[in-house]
Amino acid sequence: MIENLHLLINVSLLAFLVLIVFAAINTNNLFVATMLFGIFSFVTALLFLDLDAVDVAFTEAAVGAGFTTVLMLSALRLTGAFENVKHRHSVLGLLIVVLTGAALIYGTADFPSMGDANAAVHLNLAPEFIQLTQEKIDIPNVVTAVLASFRGYDTFGETVVVFSAGVAVLLLLGMGHVEPKQEPEQNIVLWIVVKPFIALILIFGLYVQFHGDFGAGGGFQAGVIFASGFILYSLVFGESYARKVIPSSILPRFAALGVIIYGVTGLASLLGDKPFLDYNALSSNPVSGQHIGILLVEAGVGLAVFATVLLIFYSFSGVNHNE
Amino acid sequence: MNELLGHFNYWIVIFLMMMGLYIVIASSNLIKKLIGLGVFQASVFILYITFGKIKDGSPPIITENVEIYSNPLPHVLILTAIVVGVATTSVGLALIVRIKEAYGSTDEDDIHDMDDNDDFDIKNRSIT
Repeated sequence: MIENLHLLINVSLLAFLVLIVFAAINTNNLFVATMLFGIFSFVTALLFLDLDAVDVAFTEAAVGAGFTTVLMLSALRLTGAFENVKHRHSVLGLLIVVLTGAALIYGTADFPSMGDANAAVHLNLAPEFIQLTQEKIDIPNVVTAVLASFRGYDTFGETVVVFSAGVAVLLLLGMGHVEPKQEPEQNIVLWIVVKPFIALILIFGLYVQFHGDFGAGGGFQAGVIFASGFILYSLVFGESYARKVIPSSILPRFAALGVIIYGVTGLASLLGDKPFLDYNALSSNPVSGQHIGILLVEAGVGLAVFATVLLIFYSFSGVNHNE
Repeated sequence: MNELLGHFNYWIVIFLMMMGLYIVIASSNLIKKLIGLGVFQASVFILYITFGKIKDGSPPIITENVEIYSNPLPHVLILTAIVVGVATTSVGLALIVRIKEAYGSTDEDDIHDMDDNDDFDIKNRSIT
Protein backbone atom coordinates (compact mmCIF):
# COMPACT_ATOMS: atom_id res chain seq x y z
CA MET A 1 0.00 0.00 0.00
CA ILE A 2 2.70 2.48 1.07
CA GLU A 3 4.84 1.36 -1.83
CA ASN A 4 1.98 2.13 -4.24
CA LEU A 5 1.67 5.59 -2.74
CA HIS A 6 5.40 6.14 -3.32
CA LEU A 7 4.95 5.08 -6.91
CA LEU A 8 2.01 7.45 -7.38
CA ILE A 9 4.03 10.39 -6.00
CA ASN A 10 6.96 9.37 -8.17
CA VAL A 11 4.87 9.32 -11.36
CA SER A 12 3.12 12.62 -10.69
CA LEU A 13 6.35 14.44 -9.80
CA LEU A 14 7.96 13.22 -13.03
CA ALA A 15 4.92 14.48 -14.95
CA PHE A 16 5.37 17.88 -13.27
CA LEU A 17 8.99 17.97 -14.38
CA VAL A 18 8.03 17.37 -18.01
CA LEU A 19 5.41 20.15 -17.87
CA ILE A 20 7.90 22.60 -16.33
CA VAL A 21 10.49 21.95 -19.01
CA PHE A 22 7.87 22.39 -21.76
CA ALA A 23 6.95 25.76 -20.26
CA ALA A 24 10.64 26.73 -20.08
CA ILE A 25 11.16 25.87 -23.77
CA ASN A 26 8.18 27.98 -24.80
CA THR A 27 9.02 31.22 -23.02
CA ASN A 28 11.19 34.00 -24.41
CA ASN A 29 11.46 35.71 -21.04
CA LEU A 30 14.61 34.51 -19.34
CA PHE A 31 13.37 35.60 -15.90
CA VAL A 32 10.44 33.24 -16.33
CA ALA A 33 12.73 30.48 -17.58
CA THR A 34 15.02 30.94 -14.57
CA MET A 35 12.17 30.79 -12.08
CA LEU A 36 10.81 27.70 -13.84
CA PHE A 37 14.25 26.15 -13.53
CA GLY A 38 14.16 26.90 -9.79
CA ILE A 39 10.80 25.15 -9.52
CA PHE A 40 12.22 22.28 -11.58
CA SER A 41 15.03 21.88 -9.03
CA PHE A 42 12.61 21.95 -6.15
CA VAL A 43 10.38 19.26 -7.68
CA THR A 44 13.52 17.20 -8.37
CA ALA A 45 14.38 17.50 -4.66
CA LEU A 46 10.93 16.15 -3.74
CA LEU A 47 11.45 13.29 -6.18
CA PHE A 48 14.80 12.43 -4.52
CA LEU A 49 13.05 12.40 -1.15
CA ASP A 50 10.49 9.96 -2.54
CA LEU A 51 13.30 7.74 -3.85
CA ASP A 52 14.93 7.49 -0.36
CA ALA A 53 17.82 9.82 -1.21
CA VAL A 54 17.36 12.23 1.70
CA ASP A 55 20.88 13.69 1.60
CA VAL A 56 20.62 14.34 -2.13
CA ALA A 57 17.20 15.94 -1.74
CA PHE A 58 18.65 18.24 0.91
CA THR A 59 21.52 19.27 -1.35
CA GLU A 60 19.29 19.82 -4.38
CA ALA A 61 16.87 22.00 -2.38
CA ALA A 62 19.68 24.14 -0.94
CA VAL A 63 21.90 24.32 -4.00
CA GLY A 64 19.65 23.82 -7.00
CA ALA A 65 16.47 25.57 -5.95
CA GLY A 66 18.14 28.15 -3.72
CA PHE A 67 21.57 29.27 -4.77
CA THR A 68 21.43 28.54 -8.52
CA THR A 69 18.28 30.64 -8.87
CA VAL A 70 19.84 33.62 -7.04
CA LEU A 71 22.97 33.26 -9.14
CA MET A 72 21.08 33.15 -12.45
CA LEU A 73 19.00 36.19 -11.46
CA SER A 74 22.20 38.07 -10.61
CA ALA A 75 23.61 37.14 -14.01
CA LEU A 76 20.38 38.21 -15.76
CA ARG A 77 20.68 41.62 -14.12
CA LEU A 78 23.95 42.01 -16.02
CA THR A 79 22.97 40.45 -19.33
CA GLY A 80 19.32 41.37 -19.90
CA ALA A 81 16.21 39.31 -19.45
CA PHE A 82 14.85 38.78 -22.96
CA GLU A 83 15.74 36.20 -25.49
CA ASN A 84 15.94 37.16 -29.13
CA VAL A 85 12.46 36.67 -30.59
CA LYS A 86 13.70 35.02 -33.79
CA HIS A 87 13.58 31.70 -32.04
CA ARG A 88 14.88 29.12 -34.47
CA HIS A 89 12.85 25.94 -34.47
CA SER A 90 15.59 23.67 -35.58
CA VAL A 91 14.21 20.74 -37.59
CA LEU A 92 17.63 19.12 -37.74
CA GLY A 93 17.98 19.55 -33.97
CA LEU A 94 14.61 17.96 -33.38
CA LEU A 95 15.58 15.03 -35.64
CA ILE A 96 18.86 14.49 -33.76
CA VAL A 97 17.08 14.67 -30.41
CA VAL A 98 14.35 12.21 -31.43
CA LEU A 99 16.85 9.72 -32.88
CA THR A 100 19.15 9.90 -29.85
CA GLY A 101 16.17 9.55 -27.53
CA ALA A 102 14.85 6.53 -29.43
CA ALA A 103 18.26 4.84 -29.27
CA LEU A 104 18.51 5.50 -25.52
CA ILE A 105 15.00 4.21 -24.88
CA TYR A 106 15.88 1.06 -26.83
CA GLY A 107 18.85 0.73 -24.46
CA THR A 108 16.69 0.88 -21.35
CA ALA A 109 15.08 -2.46 -22.30
CA ASP A 110 18.04 -4.16 -20.61
CA PHE A 111 17.79 -2.05 -17.45
CA PRO A 112 16.61 -3.72 -14.26
CA SER A 113 13.09 -2.82 -13.23
CA MET A 114 13.03 0.03 -10.69
CA GLY A 115 13.37 -1.13 -7.06
CA ASP A 116 14.64 -4.60 -8.00
CA ALA A 117 16.75 -5.69 -5.01
CA ASN A 118 18.68 -8.19 -7.16
CA ALA A 119 19.91 -5.63 -9.69
CA ALA A 120 23.67 -5.73 -10.26
CA VAL A 121 24.16 -2.30 -8.71
CA HIS A 122 22.92 -3.54 -5.31
CA LEU A 123 24.91 -6.78 -5.16
CA ASN A 124 28.46 -5.46 -4.89
CA LEU A 125 29.97 -2.73 -2.72
CA ALA A 126 26.74 -1.26 -1.33
CA PRO A 127 26.01 -4.10 1.17
CA GLU A 128 29.67 -3.97 2.21
CA PHE A 129 29.50 -0.23 2.77
CA ILE A 130 26.37 -0.57 4.88
CA GLN A 131 27.92 -3.35 6.97
CA LEU A 132 31.36 -1.77 7.34
CA THR A 133 29.79 1.55 8.34
CA GLN A 134 28.23 -0.15 11.34
CA GLU A 135 31.36 -2.13 12.24
CA LYS A 136 34.22 0.26 11.58
CA ILE A 137 32.81 3.78 11.61
CA ASP A 138 29.81 3.52 13.87
CA ILE A 139 27.79 6.49 12.64
CA PRO A 140 24.18 6.08 11.49
CA ASN A 141 24.35 7.98 8.20
CA VAL A 142 25.91 5.64 5.63
CA VAL A 143 26.02 8.39 3.00
CA THR A 144 28.25 10.55 5.22
CA ALA A 145 30.47 7.57 6.01
CA VAL A 146 30.95 6.73 2.33
CA LEU A 147 31.38 10.38 1.38
CA ALA A 148 33.91 11.34 4.01
CA SER A 149 35.70 8.10 4.75
CA PHE A 150 35.38 5.25 2.22
CA ARG A 151 35.39 7.55 -0.79
CA GLY A 152 37.32 10.39 0.84
CA TYR A 153 39.57 10.74 -2.22
CA ASP A 154 36.63 11.60 -4.50
CA THR A 155 35.27 14.11 -2.05
CA PHE A 156 38.68 15.75 -1.75
CA GLY A 157 38.79 16.05 -5.53
CA GLU A 158 35.31 17.56 -5.59
CA THR A 159 36.18 20.08 -2.91
CA VAL A 160 39.16 21.13 -5.01
CA VAL A 161 36.88 21.45 -8.07
CA VAL A 162 34.50 23.72 -6.15
CA PHE A 163 37.46 25.81 -4.99
CA SER A 164 38.82 26.02 -8.56
CA ALA A 165 35.42 27.14 -9.84
CA GLY A 166 35.48 29.93 -7.26
CA VAL A 167 38.96 30.96 -8.44
CA ALA A 168 37.80 30.85 -12.08
CA VAL A 169 34.83 33.14 -11.39
CA LEU A 170 37.12 35.48 -9.46
CA LEU A 171 39.54 35.62 -12.40
CA LEU A 172 36.72 36.26 -14.88
CA LEU A 173 34.70 38.84 -12.98
CA GLY A 174 36.85 40.03 -10.09
CA MET A 175 35.33 40.85 -6.74
CA GLY A 176 33.76 44.11 -7.93
CA HIS A 177 33.13 46.86 -5.44
CA VAL A 178 30.07 48.67 -4.17
CA GLU A 179 29.44 52.29 -3.30
CA PRO A 180 30.14 52.51 0.43
CA LYS A 181 27.65 55.30 1.13
CA GLN A 182 24.72 53.49 -0.46
CA GLU A 183 21.89 53.53 2.09
CA PRO A 184 19.80 50.38 2.39
CA GLU A 185 16.20 50.63 1.30
CA GLN A 186 13.98 51.67 4.20
CA ASN A 187 11.65 48.73 4.43
CA ILE A 188 10.82 48.14 8.08
CA VAL A 189 8.65 45.08 7.45
CA LEU A 190 11.39 43.27 5.55
CA TRP A 191 13.99 44.20 8.16
CA ILE A 192 11.98 42.88 11.06
CA VAL A 193 10.93 39.68 9.29
CA VAL A 194 14.36 38.93 7.91
CA LYS A 195 16.51 39.54 11.02
CA PRO A 196 15.33 36.53 13.05
CA PHE A 197 15.26 34.48 9.85
CA ILE A 198 18.97 35.06 9.30
CA ALA A 199 19.76 33.92 12.84
CA LEU A 200 17.66 30.79 12.31
CA ILE A 201 19.30 30.04 8.97
CA LEU A 202 22.80 30.32 10.45
CA ILE A 203 21.92 28.10 13.43
CA PHE A 204 20.33 25.59 11.06
CA GLY A 205 23.48 25.66 8.93
CA LEU A 206 25.61 24.77 11.96
CA TYR A 207 23.14 22.04 12.94
CA VAL A 208 23.31 20.51 9.46
CA GLN A 209 27.11 20.71 9.59
CA PHE A 210 27.54 18.87 12.88
CA HIS A 211 24.51 16.59 12.71
CA GLY A 212 25.53 15.20 9.30
CA ASP A 213 26.89 12.03 10.92
CA PHE A 214 23.53 11.14 12.41
CA GLY A 215 20.93 12.34 9.92
CA ALA A 216 20.70 13.92 6.50
CA GLY A 217 23.22 16.70 6.09
CA GLY A 218 26.93 17.40 5.98
CA GLY A 219 29.49 19.93 4.88
CA PHE A 220 28.23 20.50 1.33
CA GLN A 221 24.68 21.33 2.42
CA ALA A 222 25.76 23.27 5.51
CA GLY A 223 28.16 25.45 3.52
CA VAL A 224 25.42 26.51 1.11
CA ILE A 225 22.84 27.09 3.87
CA PHE A 226 25.29 29.18 5.91
CA ALA A 227 26.15 31.24 2.84
CA SER A 228 22.47 31.74 2.01
CA GLY A 229 22.02 33.46 5.39
CA PHE A 230 24.56 36.10 4.34
CA ILE A 231 23.11 36.28 0.82
CA LEU A 232 19.71 37.07 2.37
CA TYR A 233 21.34 39.77 4.50
CA SER A 234 22.96 41.22 1.42
CA LEU A 235 19.69 41.20 -0.58
CA VAL A 236 17.70 42.99 2.14
CA PHE A 237 20.22 45.36 3.75
CA GLY A 238 22.36 46.08 0.73
CA GLU A 239 25.65 44.78 -0.57
CA SER A 240 27.85 47.34 1.19
CA TYR A 241 26.58 46.30 4.64
CA ALA A 242 27.08 42.62 3.87
CA ARG A 243 30.66 43.34 2.84
CA LYS A 244 31.26 44.97 6.20
CA VAL A 245 30.11 41.81 7.98
CA ILE A 246 32.22 39.50 5.82
CA PRO A 247 34.83 41.43 3.81
CA SER A 248 35.26 40.13 0.28
CA SER A 249 39.03 39.86 0.63
CA ILE A 250 38.75 37.22 3.35
CA LEU A 251 36.61 34.77 1.32
CA PRO A 252 39.26 33.36 -1.03
CA ARG A 253 41.40 32.69 2.07
CA PHE A 254 38.54 30.86 3.77
CA ALA A 255 37.97 28.75 0.66
CA ALA A 256 41.66 27.84 0.49
CA LEU A 257 41.70 27.14 4.23
CA GLY A 258 38.83 24.66 3.82
CA VAL A 259 40.72 22.71 1.16
CA ILE A 260 43.87 22.82 3.31
CA ILE A 261 42.02 21.44 6.37
CA TYR A 262 40.88 18.50 4.26
CA GLY A 263 44.34 17.91 2.79
CA VAL A 264 46.15 18.22 6.13
CA THR A 265 43.79 15.67 7.68
CA GLY A 266 44.87 13.28 4.91
CA LEU A 267 48.54 14.06 5.52
CA ALA A 268 48.12 13.51 9.27
CA SER A 269 47.16 9.90 8.60
CA LEU A 270 50.32 9.51 6.49
CA LEU A 271 52.32 10.50 9.57
CA GLY A 272 50.65 7.66 11.48
CA ASP A 273 52.00 5.15 8.91
CA LYS A 274 48.59 4.68 7.29
CA PRO A 275 47.42 5.47 3.72
CA PHE A 276 46.31 9.00 2.79
CA LEU A 277 42.93 9.84 4.38
CA ASP A 278 42.85 6.67 6.52
CA TYR A 279 41.46 8.17 9.72
CA ASN A 280 42.25 5.13 11.86
CA ALA A 281 45.64 6.75 12.40
CA LEU A 282 44.17 9.83 14.07
CA SER A 283 43.45 8.18 17.41
CA SER A 284 44.51 5.08 19.33
CA ASN A 285 40.95 3.82 18.97
CA PRO A 286 40.24 3.29 15.24
CA VAL A 287 36.52 4.09 15.58
CA SER A 288 37.03 7.41 17.35
CA GLY A 289 39.83 8.11 14.82
CA GLN A 290 37.17 7.77 12.11
CA HIS A 291 34.88 10.14 14.01
CA ILE A 292 37.61 12.78 14.33
CA GLY A 293 38.57 12.40 10.67
CA ILE A 294 35.00 12.74 9.40
CA LEU A 295 34.42 15.79 11.62
CA LEU A 296 37.58 17.47 10.29
CA VAL A 297 37.03 16.81 6.59
CA GLU A 298 33.35 17.80 6.83
CA ALA A 299 34.48 21.04 8.48
CA GLY A 300 36.93 21.57 5.62
CA VAL A 301 34.24 20.89 3.02
CA GLY A 302 31.76 23.17 4.81
CA LEU A 303 34.22 26.06 5.02
CA ALA A 304 35.36 25.69 1.40
CA VAL A 305 31.79 25.48 0.03
CA PHE A 306 30.56 28.37 2.21
CA ALA A 307 33.37 30.69 1.18
CA THR A 308 33.18 29.73 -2.52
CA VAL A 309 29.41 30.19 -2.72
CA LEU A 310 29.52 33.60 -1.03
CA LEU A 311 32.51 34.62 -3.14
CA ILE A 312 30.65 33.72 -6.35
CA PHE A 313 27.62 35.70 -5.15
CA TYR A 314 29.77 38.77 -4.38
CA SER A 315 31.43 38.49 -7.78
CA PHE A 316 28.12 38.55 -9.62
CA SER A 317 26.31 41.10 -7.52
CA GLY A 318 29.16 43.60 -7.23
CA VAL A 319 30.38 43.44 -10.78
CA ASN A 320 31.10 46.86 -12.29
CA HIS A 321 34.70 46.64 -13.41
CA ASN A 322 33.95 47.40 -17.04
CA GLU A 323 33.83 51.17 -16.72
CA MET B 1 1.72 -3.17 -15.70
CA ASN B 2 4.64 -3.69 -13.32
CA GLU B 3 7.03 -3.94 -16.24
CA LEU B 4 5.66 -0.63 -17.51
CA LEU B 5 6.01 1.19 -14.17
CA GLY B 6 9.41 -0.38 -13.55
CA HIS B 7 10.80 1.39 -16.61
CA PHE B 8 8.69 4.54 -16.43
CA ASN B 9 11.38 6.55 -14.62
CA TYR B 10 14.00 5.72 -17.25
CA TRP B 11 11.75 6.84 -20.09
CA ILE B 12 10.92 10.14 -18.43
CA VAL B 13 14.60 10.66 -17.61
CA ILE B 14 15.51 10.17 -21.28
CA PHE B 15 12.66 12.43 -22.35
CA LEU B 16 13.87 15.19 -20.00
CA MET B 17 17.44 14.65 -21.15
CA MET B 18 16.43 15.08 -24.77
CA MET B 19 14.37 18.18 -23.97
CA GLY B 20 17.45 19.65 -22.31
CA LEU B 21 19.53 18.76 -25.35
CA TYR B 22 16.92 20.34 -27.63
CA ILE B 23 17.09 23.61 -25.66
CA VAL B 24 20.88 23.60 -26.07
CA ILE B 25 20.57 23.03 -29.84
CA ALA B 26 17.56 25.19 -30.68
CA SER B 27 18.01 28.23 -28.45
CA SER B 28 20.51 30.83 -29.55
CA ASN B 29 20.58 32.59 -26.19
CA LEU B 30 23.54 31.52 -24.08
CA ILE B 31 21.70 31.68 -20.74
CA LYS B 32 18.86 29.57 -22.13
CA LYS B 33 21.48 27.08 -23.27
CA LEU B 34 22.81 26.88 -19.71
CA ILE B 35 19.27 26.19 -18.46
CA GLY B 36 19.06 23.39 -21.05
CA LEU B 37 22.35 21.95 -19.78
CA GLY B 38 20.97 22.18 -16.24
CA VAL B 39 17.89 20.16 -17.24
CA PHE B 40 20.13 17.59 -18.96
CA GLN B 41 22.29 17.34 -15.85
CA ALA B 42 19.30 17.01 -13.49
CA SER B 43 17.92 14.15 -15.59
CA VAL B 44 21.20 12.26 -15.14
CA PHE B 45 20.88 12.81 -11.38
CA ILE B 46 17.36 11.33 -11.44
CA LEU B 47 18.65 8.32 -13.42
CA TYR B 48 21.32 7.56 -10.78
CA ILE B 49 18.94 7.99 -7.86
CA THR B 50 16.41 5.70 -9.59
CA PHE B 51 19.13 3.02 -9.80
CA GLY B 52 19.72 3.38 -6.06
CA LYS B 53 16.10 2.77 -5.03
CA ILE B 54 15.17 -0.62 -3.59
CA LYS B 55 11.55 -1.64 -3.21
CA ASP B 56 10.37 -1.32 0.42
CA GLY B 57 13.76 0.19 1.26
CA SER B 58 14.50 3.00 3.70
CA PRO B 59 16.89 5.94 3.45
CA PRO B 60 20.44 4.71 4.17
CA ILE B 61 20.57 5.95 7.76
CA ILE B 62 21.05 3.05 10.16
CA THR B 63 17.94 2.66 12.33
CA GLU B 64 16.61 -0.10 14.49
CA ASN B 65 13.97 -2.42 13.01
CA VAL B 66 14.94 -1.59 9.44
CA GLU B 67 16.14 -4.42 7.24
CA ILE B 68 16.40 -2.98 3.73
CA TYR B 69 18.32 0.21 2.96
CA SER B 70 18.40 1.84 -0.45
CA ASN B 71 21.81 1.93 -2.11
CA PRO B 72 23.91 4.77 -0.59
CA LEU B 73 26.58 4.80 -3.31
CA PRO B 74 24.61 6.65 -6.05
CA HIS B 75 23.50 9.12 -3.37
CA VAL B 76 27.10 10.01 -2.56
CA LEU B 77 28.00 10.42 -6.24
CA ILE B 78 25.03 12.66 -6.99
CA LEU B 79 25.30 14.70 -3.80
CA THR B 80 28.78 15.87 -4.74
CA ALA B 81 27.82 16.14 -8.43
CA ILE B 82 25.09 18.67 -7.55
CA VAL B 83 27.56 20.93 -5.74
CA VAL B 84 30.15 20.62 -8.49
CA GLY B 85 27.34 21.27 -11.00
CA VAL B 86 26.46 24.62 -9.47
CA ALA B 87 30.14 25.55 -9.33
CA THR B 88 30.59 24.86 -13.06
CA THR B 89 27.31 26.63 -13.87
CA SER B 90 28.61 29.73 -12.12
CA VAL B 91 31.78 29.64 -14.22
CA GLY B 92 29.56 29.40 -17.33
CA LEU B 93 27.49 32.38 -16.18
CA ALA B 94 30.67 34.38 -15.49
CA LEU B 95 31.86 33.65 -19.04
CA ILE B 96 28.48 34.81 -20.41
CA VAL B 97 28.74 38.06 -18.43
CA ARG B 98 32.17 38.68 -19.96
CA ILE B 99 30.85 37.87 -23.45
CA LYS B 100 28.02 40.34 -22.91
CA GLU B 101 30.55 43.01 -21.91
CA ALA B 102 32.71 42.36 -24.97
CA TYR B 103 29.98 41.92 -27.61
CA GLY B 104 26.97 43.65 -26.08
CA SER B 105 24.88 40.55 -26.71
CA THR B 106 24.23 37.11 -25.29
CA ASP B 107 22.77 35.81 -28.55
CA GLU B 108 24.95 33.23 -30.26
CA ASP B 109 23.86 34.21 -33.80
CA ASP B 110 24.65 37.88 -33.21
CA ILE B 111 28.05 36.99 -31.79
CA HIS B 112 28.86 34.81 -34.82
CA ASP B 113 27.80 37.63 -37.15
CA MET B 114 30.12 40.02 -35.36
CA ASP B 115 32.98 37.54 -35.49
CA ASP B 116 32.47 36.99 -39.23
CA ASN B 117 32.48 40.71 -39.90
CA ASP B 118 36.15 41.66 -40.30
CA ASP B 119 35.45 45.32 -39.62
CA PHE B 120 34.01 44.61 -36.18
CA ASP B 121 36.10 46.22 -33.47
CA ILE B 122 35.65 44.29 -30.25
CA LYS B 123 36.86 47.18 -28.07
CA ASN B 124 34.31 49.70 -29.29
CA ARG B 125 31.54 47.17 -29.93
CA SER B 126 30.95 48.74 -33.31
CA ILE B 127 31.70 48.30 -36.99
CA THR B 128 34.43 50.72 -38.03
